[in-house]
Formats: sequence, C-alpha cells, structure tokens
Amino acid sequence: MRFNEYTTISPMGDAAIRIEFNEAVSVQQYHMMQLLIQHIEDAELPYEEIVPSFQVITILFNPLDVKKKIHNRQNPYQWLEEKICIILQQEITVTEQVEEVVEIPVCYGGEFGPDLEEVANYHSITPKEVIQKHTGRDYFVYMLGFAPGFPYLGGLDESLATPRKQTPRLKIEAGSVGIAGSQTGVYSIETPGGWQIIGRTPTALFTPEAEKPTLLRAGVWIRFYPISIEEYHVLKGENLCQSFA
Amino acid sequence: MSIICLKAGTLATIQDIGRIGYQNIGVIVSGAMDSFALKIANRLLGNHQHEACIEVTLRGTAFHFSEDTYIAITGGDLTPTIQGMDVPQWRPVLVRANQTLRFKGAKKGLRSYLAVQHGFSIEEKLGSKSTYLRANMGGLNGRALQEQDEIQLMNTNWDTPVLPIENEYFSTVSWHVRPDFYKKVRKRHRIRFVEGNEYQWFTTATQQNFERVHFDVAMSSDRMGYRLKGFKLQKDVQQEMVSEAVTNGTIQVANDGQPIILLADRQTTGGYPRIGQVISADLHRFGQMKPGDQIRFERVTLDEAYEALYDLEQQLNHIEVSIQLKK
Repeated sequence: MRFNEYTTISPMGDAAIRIEFNEAVSVQQYHMMQLLIQHIEDAELPYEEIVPSFQVITILFNPLDVKKKIHNRQNPYQWLEEKICIILQQEITVTEQVEEVVEIPVCYGGEFGPDLEEVANYHSITPKEVIQKHTGRDYFVYMLGFAPGFPYLGGLDESLATPRKQTPRLKIEAGSVGIAGSQTGVYSIETPGGWQIIGRTPTALFTPEAEKPTLLRAGVWIRFYPISIEEYHVLKGENLCQSFA
Repeated sequence: MSIICLKAGTLATIQDIGRIGYQNIGVIVSGAMDSFALKIANRLLGNHQHEACIEVTLRGTAFHFSEDTYIAITGGDLTPTIQGMDVPQWRPVLVRANQTLRFKGAKKGLRSYLAVQHGFSIEEKLGSKSTYLRANMGGLNGRALQEQDEIQLMNTNWDTPVLPIENEYFSTVSWHVRPDFYKKVRKRHRIRFVEGNEYQWFTTATQQNFERVHFDVAMSSDRMGYRLKGFKLQKDVQQEMVSEAVTNGTIQVANDGQPIILLADRQTTGGYPRIGQVISADLHRFGQMKPGDQIRFERVTLDEAYEALYDLEQQLNHIEVSIQLKK
C-alpha cells in the first residue's frame, strides 16, 4: 500500500502541516497513522513535533529552521510538503502492530464516584452493572490532549452514554474517571469539568518530574478494573490509620 | 544572589520561549506572549535569546534588588520607575543595590519583559522554565509570582559595557533598540492571517466581513486565548468536527459565532471550525493587546506570511548588530 491512497496533505498556517486520513475514525486506520509517524520520524526532517489525533497527524515546525535547509525558491511549507509526499508515495508493507494494554485500577462509587448512582438511574440499571459494563471492554487511546496526559478514548459501551452534568463542578480531582456523552476518560490533573464522575484511580496519569511524564500515549489500550477503597489507599500509598483518624 | 518580588501586581510569571515537544502528550507550550520583545531583552544582555524573563502584565508589580543587577526591560511601556524616576527601556541598565523597581501602569501595550544578565536560576521542567499555571508546573513553584518570592539569578559575574549615564539609582546608555512596532502600539491592531482549514465552510458574506469589521477584544481574553466580539460569523456547512491539534494563532469559531484566537497557554487540541491562522510574524502583537482594543484582520498568502516572518527576523538581526556595535 501507499499512504497517499488514504491521505490529504495541507498547510495549517505557516508553521504546521496536516496529514488527514480520509476514512472514518477506527483503530485500524490509527495503526496506519502510527506507521506513518514512524516513517516521518525516521526521515529526520527539521520539524519541532508531531501531534497525532483521531484522524489527523499535525507536524509543527519553525519556518526559520526549515528555511535554513532550502536552496531553491520554495517556501518552508512547500519544501516540507515535498519531503513528506515522498514518504507518502513509498510502497509500504503494513506490519502487525503490537497491542499494548495499560491496566488502570478504579475505585468506583462512594466519595470517589459521586455520579455513579445518577448514571445507573439514567439507564435504569444498578451501579454494579455500570461497573461491569465500564470494566467489560478495553478502550483505545486515540490522543492525549485537553490536559497533560488526558486520554481521548474510543469504545464506550453505548448503553452507558450519559449527558454531562447540568452544572460543571469547579474542581474535579486528578484520577477521576468519568463519562461525558459517549466518551469516557480519566482526569489527569485537577481541573473544573462537567463529566459524570463514576470513580477514581490511585494511578498518576501525569508526573512532570518523571522521564516518561505521562502514563499513557496515543495508540495504547486502557483496561479499567475495580478495586476497593482499601486497595485504593494502599495503591495510593496513603496511611489508612491517618485517613480514619 | 536574587531579586525579591515586593508586589505581584496584575500578573507576573516566568516565561521563556515555551515548552516545545510535548504537545503529543497534552502538555501545552506556554511561553512569552510577546516572544519578539523577550528575545530583544535577552540580546541586550548577551543572553541566549530564548532565556526566561519575567513577563509583567499591566501594572503594580515591584521588585527589590539587594545588589547591583544588570537588567533590560522591553515590550509594552508599563512605566517602570525607580525612586520615581523613569527607567529607560530597550537598553541595558545596571540597577544599584537596595533599589526597588516598580511597574506603575501600562502607558502603551500590556506586557513587559524583565531580563537579567545570564538569566534566572529556575529549574527547567520538560525542557523549559515557562510557567504552566493550570498544571502547576514550571516557573517559580508552578505559579504566578507572589509577594515575598525570591527569584535566584544564575550568575552575577556581570559582563557590563560602559554605561555612561549615571545617577544614584541606576546607570544606563543613551542608545536604545526599540522597534517601530512598539513606538506605534495603539488601541487598533492589524492582524494578518492565512485561510484556516474550514475557511470555505463560512458564508461569502462572513468571509468578506471578517476583513472589514473591527473586532473588539473581550474582557475574558487572557494568555490562553483572545476572545473577540464583532459580528456573528455564519457557516454554510454545519458539520461536527473531530478534535485535532491546534497551533499558536489558530482562529477558531465557537458555536456562538464569535472568533477566539488561541495563544501561548492554549490547549493542545481543539474541535471548532477554523476560519484562519494568524501568521507567525504577527503573533507577538497579541502580547501588547488589551481588552477593549480593536483588531482588523487582513488575509494574506502563505508566501506573504513567510516574507513577513523573514522581515521580523531581519529586524532582530539588525538589532543584534547595533547592540554589538554599541558595546
């Protein structure tokens, strides 16, 4: 196959290139996007970063850095586009992708999941059934955005889709697991938000000091599994005696 | 050695050129709103042009210098004074020990950059000293400067040229390198853009009016984005967007039909139609734009956008040459 059978390339302002994949959002197409990113990275072009999303790969560059490489009358966009089109035209063999699953423990309900009941009532099922449905399948991370390490996930069971809160909360703790419309996700930092919060994970999604600052990256799968509040505190490294004092 | 923040003022944060390379994990770029002024402040002192400065906003911020300190102030004119005397901007200044520098208020523009020679001793987080307020990272303890904050300096072996103009409080030179843009900053701004990815979704009338109307900069504008009020932008195409990366200067139009220009503290992704992209050469102008100011847009080609950027870079190079000649 060739990438250019599936893509459209265009400028985004004077400092970015978009490569849009034409098919509807799917995991299969996403694997092709990951493959293209590898090829672009291997080409060692003078760009600053590559930001993938559901259907689009955005390549951000500093036009002045690119200009230093140009020895003809092309502008920086044209020069980079030409280089990328060479990659898009190459005959590529699609290799089997290694699927990586990141397991995320979640303490559902109670003080950590104040909206679990509401979500259950909305669908006329029990909270336990909500947890079973939510942990019953894996979710694909299409991109990180909105906040550091925050995953945009695909694959929520449609029978759990729930509208956002009427009034957003001013503060949602980091680690909160929620549902908004037909999306589910985990808050990576404390922030205001309107999601229905059904639980909380003790696992940190964003650790700026760490060599790998985020737990997740685009292209991995997430598997939630339920834990008790005691397990939550153990995993969080908190002192149980202190929290009961 | 350090300087002490005596008054926080409206908003003062540590900013460099921004945190580049982490948008794929959702970490925003941050950095100076007026990177052109930041680069000049650094060049005046022989610093690397991307070194972190203090970005001072509007008014009220004050710093105490316990020892002689070699600084430069660029950007908007926020009336910096020492002992009631105006401190000259766009040139190197040696502030004497035990003096207090106060930014009394914006006469022109909105943001000033205070650089010290060799820079501030601030730990880099993910390759940058810039303050990322929402994630509490970078800068000084991940937050805006507060009263009594002590900001350490890197190195105080001053490499000082001759500063012939002297008084009890500071010494400086008679020359300056203020670019024309900063002499002429007024309440009306011209901003050039290239067509955005969804430009064709908007009606012909909206496309035309977008360049005719003066938009007002709304009060809710901040480092994240400038919100504009003008007319309601109309689309022929009504289609849900799938979120994707946005960039510095993306002009997106929310459901209320009002444009928002995404700037230094923007989120990494967005999902609204984009009528345009502000050209790189004009991004620094937002650093000096206040709520209540007015914007008029002008559409240009990609080639014109690059020409404007090369011009700006050439201005910076000319400034560098004149600084070297003055030494």
